[in-house]
Amino acid sequence: MALMRVSSPHAHGSINTSTVMRQVLLATLPGIAVLTYFFGFGTLVNVLWACLVGVACETLALALRGYSPAFYLKDYSVLVTSVLLGIALPPYAPWWLIAIGVASAVLMAKHLYGGLGYNPFNPAMVGYVVLLISFPVQMTAWAPPRGLAEVPGLWQALQACFTPAGFDAVTMATPLDVLRQNDSLLLEDLWQETTQFGRWAGIGWEWANLAFLAGGIWLLYRRVFTWHAPVAMLAALALLAALFHDGGSSASGGSPLFHLLSGATMFGAFFIITDPVSSAVSVRGRLVFGALIGALVYLIRVWGNYPDAVAFAVLIANFAAPFIDHYTQPRTYGHQKTGGKS
Amino acid sequence: MTELITQYPLLAALVALVGLGAPFGALLGFAAVRFRTEGNPVVDQINAILPQTQCGQCGYPGCRPYAEAIANGEPINKCPPGGEAGIHALADLLDVEAPPLDAEHGEEKVKTVAYIREDECIGCTKCIQACPVDAILGAAKLMHTVIVSECTGCDLCVEPCPVDCIDMIPQAEGLQTWHWRLPEPGSRNLDIIATDSGVAERAA
Amino acid sequence: MRRVFDFHGGIHPAENKAQSLASPICSAGVPQQLVLPLSQHIGAASRPLVQVGERVLKGQMIAEAGGYVSVPLHAPSSGTVSAIEDRPIPHPSGLSAPCIVIDCDGRDEWIALQGVADFRDCEPTELLELIRAAGIAGMGGAGFPAAVKLAGKPGASIKTLIINGTECEPYITADDILMQERAEQILEGIAILRHILQPQEVLLGVEDNKPAAIAALEAAARGSGVEVVSFPTKYPSGGEKQLIEILTGKQVPSGGLPVDIGIVCQNVGTAVAVGDAILGGRPLISRITTVTGEAVATPGNFEVLLGTPMQHLLDLAGFQPKRCERLIMGGPMMGFTLASPLVPVVKTSNCLLTPASAELPAPPPAQACIRCGLCAQACPASLLPQQLYWFARGKEVDKLEQHNLFDCIECGACSWVCPSHIPLVQYYRASKADILQQRRDHEKAEQARLRFEARQTRITREEEEREAKRAARKQAAEKRAEQAAAEGGEDPVQAAIERAKAKKAAAAGTTETEIR
Repeated sequence: MALMRVSSPHAHGSINTSTVMRQVLLATLPGIAVLTYFFGFGTLVNVLWACLVGVACETLALALRGYSPAFYLKDYSVLVTSVLLGIALPPYAPWWLIAIGVASAVLMAKHLYGGLGYNPFNPAMVGYVVLLISFPVQMTAWAPPRGLAEVPGLWQALQACFTPAGFDAVTMATPLDVLRQNDSLLLEDLWQETTQFGRWAGIGWEWANLAFLAGGIWLLYRRVFTWHAPVAMLAALALLAALFHDGGSSASGGSPLFHLLSGATMFGAFFIITDPVSSAVSVRGRLVFGALIGALVYLIRVWGNYPDAVAFAVLIANFAAPFIDHYTQPRTYGHQKTGGKS
Repeated sequence: MTELITQYPLLAALVALVGLGAPFGALLGFAAVRFRTEGNPVVDQINAILPQTQCGQCGYPGCRPYAEAIANGEPINKCPPGGEAGIHALADLLDVEAPPLDAEHGEEKVKTVAYIREDECIGCTKCIQACPVDAILGAAKLMHTVIVSECTGCDLCVEPCPVDCIDMIPQAEGLQTWHWRLPEPGSRNLDIIATDSGVAERAA
Repeated sequence: MRRVFDFHGGIHPAENKAQSLASPICSAGVPQQLVLPLSQHIGAASRPLVQVGERVLKGQMIAEAGGYVSVPLHAPSSGTVSAIEDRPIPHPSGLSAPCIVIDCDGRDEWIALQGVADFRDCEPTELLELIRAAGIAGMGGAGFPAAVKLAGKPGASIKTLIINGTECEPYITADDILMQERAEQILEGIAILRHILQPQEVLLGVEDNKPAAIAALEAAARGSGVEVVSFPTKYPSGGEKQLIEILTGKQVPSGGLPVDIGIVCQNVGTAVAVGDAILGGRPLISRITTVTGEAVATPGNFEVLLGTPMQHLLDLAGFQPKRCERLIMGGPMMGFTLASPLVPVVKTSNCLLTPASAELPAPPPAQACIRCGLCAQACPASLLPQQLYWFARGKEVDKLEQHNLFDCIECGACSWVCPSHIPLVQYYRASKADILQQRRDHEKAEQARLRFEARQTRITREEEEREAKRAARKQAAEKRAEQAAAEGGEDPVQAAIERAKAKKAAAAGTTETEIR
């Protein structure tokens, strides 16, 4: 009888990496649905095309690195990266833009650093920032939401993506753009005069944010990640927004509710900064990490050069993660202080 | 003052530099005397990393002489008993690249302990004189024996023995020394084929 | 109700305890041969007292303690010592170690037993000596000599005696059934331990998944001053450090012992063994072992003689070897795999687990760590297992120690939750062993360096002494020459030569005259 000799433990829990990743993918569905409802099929086409390119890049990279693609593709990590990037990109982006973004994310940000688990930066956000810096025009062209213009159908969305002429889309400044460029109107007047603003934070945007919030809460309920980083980020963002709200004057940065429900706030809080690989590891570390991102998002949105800031804030915080880890080592059982030597 | 400076810019610069240099130089000089360290701490640090087998494979008569030589710029890869780990530790200490072990001085071998076949020993004391750490016990015309706990496995006693009665015996793994090894990183693909047969079939 | 505390982390694996609790404890009988390893405990191995061929009686001491941290060994049944040799022992290495082999004669003949009439009249030191002589080592799994633990630190007063009936590992029910069936004996043992330690309070900690055991203990403990405390089930609440935190809210200082904070912890099985030893004079020669897993037809608990081959137990429980790929001694979380079913039951064998291949499947290949942090949430020592894993792979010794690798209790909670199936515990075990090895090597190198330097100084000193003697001789000779020159204006060497010549000539002269 040949008996196996392995180190304990011999039992194992039921969670595995691919289940975690699949749950993240599922949780993005409400957000994608709302985006599709308000902005048309652009986001859906983005996501599907990004997944296709992503899987191709991943297969190539794995094969080149001598890993078995059939086994490692099953961790679904590349799909998560691709879907997140597809959601972040403006709808009706041309196919090459998406392909470049996904290739940068998968090949450069992930595999050049050693593959899953080794990347110091969030791959989706690296892809996004590469595109934002290289192709600012395409990257800031957001379609107008349903209710302000005709929402294109699936065929038009495909045409926009894959034909050289592209889709002659009407683009419109996002609420964050409008607010940043405003320096003469009181917020109340701005809300009255500009069509983009919905009830709280922009037509379409507020619902998309709520949908991502719902997805995030489901993930919290499934214990895919802990509440620390998202809550810290949202709290820091809301706090800064409240401090600089300025009573809604023309110099106001916008209300806390506006910041919480516009742009990529909820998407970032629950789907981007919760990427465990590139974030801080301990509970306190994640609180600091999240708060840092929240503060950076507000700083860049209000005083920076870009209308939305989640991608930059996340990358900057990724830089800081090892440093945060160093100072937030938890107190080990039987030790007096944290991180102390025995 | 400012006029003077604008008038003689070169001189002013010179005065400024000398003015800065003199006190700082004095300070450094004072520090060198006041905070002088006794001995050569680098040699001690290097010596602490060397395995202290005193085997002389590096070409120096013991570990400390080699430590002194390293401090004077000798390559750090001449110590086979220290092995790769030792070279890495030295490279870290001295902040240099870690070269591979110099094969000229021997290879990294398993640790051994000298064993004297006591009935063959003629009691010549030659091995006792050769042992760098006094780990062999005996007297003239009487049998010698090795104090196992003190033997560094340096090999130096084997050569002088006129009747070849000294063996270097590798230290066997016992219950006291056995321990779990790190999981093999190289077994990655094998594992997949062995346990995930579905994948193996598709891959094949 | 006493307030119970919680500890950080922990997991809830499937308990699987009901299978082996269906029937009461049954005796495993006397096998044909008993194999008794000389090292069944932590500390120095025991030293054999018997010769091959000698007949021994049940309960006779066959090996004495090999040091202070060691215990003696007794014959579990009567028979003849047939060998003292290396045999495979239950150890994760699968290596062999010295064992005393007894061929049983089946008569199971006891030596004369002498219990203590009333332990309350005895001095604690006397009782400790008896416990030591009975060969009792911790029955919970680690096997630390009980007498050493009870002797504690000189001068330390014990505030709390904790009796560990937690048994948090899945599958194992040896302590559970012991508590259900022999609560009285446990309380008798506790009374002795109380007399030795004189603690202010005695707490008997049991997880709330053992209601029958709790009821039995509470009934037995009524009026005794022993408090039975139940608390929510969570692995690894039976770890000594965790149990102390649950019951007292205190933490054992890192690198310290419970006795440092006035606590002593003993297993319920140890308490029974202490009772047996003091009241009945019976040494530790048997224990209760759970045999369970889907690969046995009738799982259950056996009272088994130490040294009984595992195969004997497996046969009793109806083992189906074809269904089983690994034999585990201990539980699924911290037990280790056995290389062969022929190894004997020892003092620490609380369970023999025979999982079917589907029950505990072979570990799948490890995927990359995504630093999800589930391990850090599960770690009962509040470590950062994901960081330790990186450092272990990079062999970064300083970082490992800075992140308190040595506070890891190897409970396996991190590996259990790891979604990437990384054998984390193996990394920590290997790293700990490597670091300890390095420390030992360094100590040895330091010793070699001192000896080398001592030899060098000795050689130079001898050289100097010889040099000094030579110089002194030379100086003395020169001095004499000078003296002679000064006295007689003659070179003393020349004078000596002259004298020798004169003597020779004189001698020649005398011989010549004699001849004439």
